[in-house]
Amino acid sequence: MKLNGRRIYKGVAEGEAIVTKDGISFYGGVDPDTGKVVEVGHELEGQTITGKILVFPTGKGSTVGSYTLYRMKKNNTAPAAIVNRQIDTIIAVGCIISEIPCVDKIDVNEIKTGQRIVVNGSEGTVEVK
Amino acid sequence: MKLTPEEQDMLDGKHGKAVRKSMEILTTLGEIFEAECMVDVCSVQVAGVSYANLGEAGLEFLSEMAEDGKVKVLTTLNPAGMDRENWQALGIDEEFAKNQIRVIDAFAKMGIITTCSCTPYLIGNVPHFGQHVAWAESSAVCYANSVIGARTNREGGPSALASALTGKTPKYGYHIDENRHVQVLVKVNAQVKGTDGFGVLGKAIGDRLIKLGKNIPFIAGIPSATVEELKSFCASIATYGGTALFHMEGITPEFDRYPKPNGNVFEINQEDLKKARSELVDDGLEVDFVSIGCPQASIYEIEKIANLLKGKKVKKEFWITTARPIKRIADEAGYSKIIEDAGAKFAADTCCVVAPIKGHFKGMMVDSAKACYYGRATNKFKVKIGTIEECVEEAVK
Repeated sequence: MKLNGRRIYKGVAEGEAIVTKDGISFYGGVDPDTGKVVEVGHELEGQTITGKILVFPTGKGSTVGSYTLYRMKKNNTAPAAIVNRQIDTIIAVGCIISEIPCVDKIDVNEIKTGQRIVVNGSEGTVEVK
Repeated sequence: MKLTPEEQDMLDGKHGKAVRKSMEILTTLGEIFEAECMVDVCSVQVAGVSYANLGEAGLEFLSEMAEDGKVKVLTTLNPAGMDRENWQALGIDEEFAKNQIRVIDAFAKMGIITTCSCTPYLIGNVPHFGQHVAWAESSAVCYANSVIGARTNREGGPSALASALTGKTPKYGYHIDENRHVQVLVKVNAQVKGTDGFGVLGKAIGDRLIKLGKNIPFIAGIPSATVEELKSFCASIATYGGTALFHMEGITPEFDRYPKPNGNVFEINQEDLKKARSELVDDGLEVDFVSIGCPQASIYEIEKIANLLKGKKVKKEFWITTARPIKRIADEAGYSKIIEDAGAKFAADTCCVVAPIKGHFKGMMVDSAKACYYGRATNKFKVKIGTIEECVEEAVK
């Protein structure tokens, strides 16, 4: 199944999807040293997003979140790619400065945790294998 | 998005790595927000300066951009996490101070004027009516759009930096006339006075705007306002309402420029202000910290504080946060000596919102509604708003 969205940041990544219906705030919500979601009460609390394709509706929280994503990339704890329903400025800028492939305008309900998916940030597509 | 040949070259890396990265940020934002083209900016205000917020990663990003990035337009910097000269007296630890200096040095290397101020319009970064700028810092964005009539979106740290290094911003949002139209009418039927009073008004209106899902109010019923009152109002309505632009009858330059919507009116009366004010005073508060200067104090406010403190001694920790150039004027005018002789402290380059002072104090008294919000949220203080006179009285009590 191939889903067509909008390209936000270029590059191709293949990996295991981790999907949430909650928004994500990288600043304060994710530990950049471990790659774990630490926001209390978050659907993914305690789970690791490192190396996975992170699928969530939209970003939230402080603009410092862009820098948190960058720090994860440098620490090798970043997700391999990001898929959103609607991109926000913080996630977009975070992906650009960290060079993480990113696509939005995707119906994130079509993707299930554990599926292998390919994100093509240059074309704006997501393929579910 | 349509780019000029020069802009395309920037994106293709012909102007270096930092410019390429900057153009990637700006064109991507432009595409997300459906901008047709870029617009030249003449001034930038960069936020994201406190090491407490940036961390090592943010610093690394800035250092990378500083390798070959140089600003194309006048660019000033938001407050840092500490006073660069007086940090020890203000209880800032040495490790933090060292890292904060590294951040400021990276900005300086790019040619940014390291003013560390949230009030660029008080210290020489002043666009005129209609000019396009790219400012971060929500209170300054609101001031630039509303009080000056310049044009800016609410930029974040990296996007403002990208505009500084390219002199461009994508043309969408508040850069376009039709997006500056009045969305809701506000009739103020109450006396509003002082920085605290205008802060309370900003909260009262801001809270209502959030509930209504409206952004741009036209505010009637305010006969006059000082620069300091507007500065406080901008900070408050941006904090509580997310507002980046308001029009105020007889006061802001674009108040008469756009049609007024039919209906969509709400009133703010004395009762509303009383309620908003009571929401800015916590139960069980014991004040051990008084702070004036959110947004950073003007020279006129400092003169006022000096007159109130003359010959007195403060009994509580009392900070006046301001921009260093304003502090220098206060030094020359003799105000600094009066204030410091009374035992109050200047915290230049910083403010009580971004300084790492969590756990240092329990109860904070301020004249700023914005400082109340962040004092609670970031530093877990109990807070109380009052006039500048009441703040000084509390400090010497």
